Amino acid sequence: MTGRMFAVGGFEPQARWQAAAFLAPGSSSFADFLAVAAPDLLPRAAHPAGAGSAGPGGVPAAAPGGPADIAHGTTIAAAVCADGVVMAGDRRATAGNVISQRDIEKVFRGDEFSCVGIAGVAGIGVDLVRLFGVELEHYEKLEGRSLSLEGKANRLAGLVKSNLGAAMQGLVAVPLLAGYDVDTDQGRIFSFDVAGGKYEEQRFASIGSGSVFARGALKKLYRDGMSLDDVVLALMEALYDAADDDSATGGPDMSRRIYPIVATVTADGYNRLTDEAAGRYAETVVTERMRLPDGPPAPLHPAAS
Amino acid sequence: MSMPFYVSPEQVMKDKADYARKRISQIRSGVVMTCEAGILLVAPNPSRALRKFSEMYDRIAFAAVGRYNEFETLRKAGVRYADMTGFTYDRRDVTARGLADWYGQLLGSLFTDSPKPYEVEIVVAEVGKTTADDEIYRITFEGSVADEHGFVVVGGQADRVADVLKEQYSPSMTLIEAMRLAIASLAGQGDGNSEPITSGQLEVALLERSRPHRAFRRLTGARLDTLLAEARPAAAGATAAANGSSGGPAAGADADGGGAAPETPTGGSANGDSAAGGSPDGGSPDDGSSGGGSAADGGDGSGA
Repeated sequence: MTGRMFAVGGFEPQARWQAAAFLAPGSSSFADFLAVAAPDLLPRAAHPAGAGSAGPGGVPAAAPGGPADIAHGTTIAAAVCADGVVMAGDRRATAGNVISQRDIEKVFRGDEFSCVGIAGVAGIGVDLVRLFGVELEHYEKLEGRSLSLEGKANRLAGLVKSNLGAAMQGLVAVPLLAGYDVDTDQGRIFSFDVAGGKYEEQRFASIGSGSVFARGALKKLYRDGMSLDDVVLALMEALYDAADDDSATGGPDMSRRIYPIVATVTADGYNRLTDEAAGRYAETVVTERMRLPDGPPAPLHPAAS
Repeated sequence: MSMPFYVSPEQVMKDKADYARKRISQIRSGVVMTCEAGILLVAPNPSRALRKFSEMYDRIAFAAVGRYNEFETLRKAGVRYADMTGFTYDRRDVTARGLADWYGQLLGSLFTDSPKPYEVEIVVAEVGKTTADDEIYRITFEGSVADEHGFVVVGGQADRVADVLKEQYSPSMTLIEAMRLAIASLAGQGDGNSEPITSGQLEVALLERSRPHRAFRRLTGARLDTLLAEARPAAAGATAAANGSSGGPAAGADADGGGAAPETPTGGSANGDSAAGGSPDGGSPDDGSSGGGSAADGGDGSGA
């Protein structure tokens, strides 16, 4: 195969995809393959050569928090339960002070045993998740086995890191990964920072602008060994609290029937709750808040509980 | 510097084609066929690790016989192509037809440009909503693409296997009927020595029509044992009027789905093969010799 390059295809865009790249031995990473075969398909910031042209990499530096006119996703929360792990995300996207979308989806299926939520610049986050999904499936098909959960987390960290250039210019997007570890039979959560740092979280985690409020709520509501059902409810309470105090996070929209997206990953695999199912949890929370606007109080004296 | 001999292009092409054809004729055949449940892929393969069938994309499978390293290279190339197309456009824009065309051009270029042609025969199959929507393409070593209907046989004994299929095939077959026919047709190859087909010697996969999203599924272990047990007893009865010749000791399947096999006698012997030709037990010999590395070639009788 030394140096032979012959094009396969007609006048479609694929014509420039060189056959030699497809036949070359290489790693089982789709992103690595793209970097060789079609670097322009990678998210723009991932290859410095393209950063000079128009596109996210070429956007002038902006204040931390990102350019105001680009859609941002907000709060994602996840928590481990007895059977696995649950992730929930609100549905609001904001561009500056405008709500740019009421029903955006920010929690995605990674593969059969993982899910990913994104916060930050929606365009970059969605691209990242799409690439990550193909990356996992690609590895699975080439190798005949799935990546370990740790392997998935490392891979996602690598993809996040490749966006560092754009992140430094304000186009920040970070994911939250939750998965079921089939080797140890437990749910696990990983968070990331823009520099590609990967951090395993214990029990629960949240990202996005409303994350501090969500985390505060989960601190008071979360108990070890909670059932899946209870964890979904706790996450719904946490998102309600986030929406209560963070203007960029949307609460359950009862009139339009738009509810947070809830995904569970257990030994049975990935499952996204239907809108009806998520709506029932949301209704429970909203109804309860009519009576107690700040939500269920945690016991001050543990012995008294 | 010595002057190279002149060889006419006709001669070069003929030599390459003869070489590839000869090598492929030594390979055991595999079957890809449409049935009610989806597209069934069956081939003799004693290896548990080196596969002939694999998932290409959501509704598309890849099947190959030939030299393992060569079709594995092609398989990986195809997965890359499919994933790249799906990533560029949309998942629905990855089609078996597109892949088959691409493979045809790729193999065509490789045949012309490289000194040694690829010794492979590959199939790209896509399961549709109904059997009429199923697509099966066969691509040969020199890059020709054929659009097949219902079923396709690849490998050295393709004609013999296809003869059995032609007689009995119908697209409305259930999975069990299709499996029965696949075993019966594949057992016809080889030297006529009787050989009970057990799950350990077969690679079976299914593009399951009713499965959402990713349709490809390998049938292994207990699931395959059960399917074989269901397919086998009637197979003996179907191919010949042989009465007591139920095939084998049910391959160790503790058939929990066992509705189909109540009449199974205590077949202690591996084969009750009293029937002629198309009996399920008339398989090819020396599966033992073809373990390990040469799974792809089936290893039997190839002198080279």
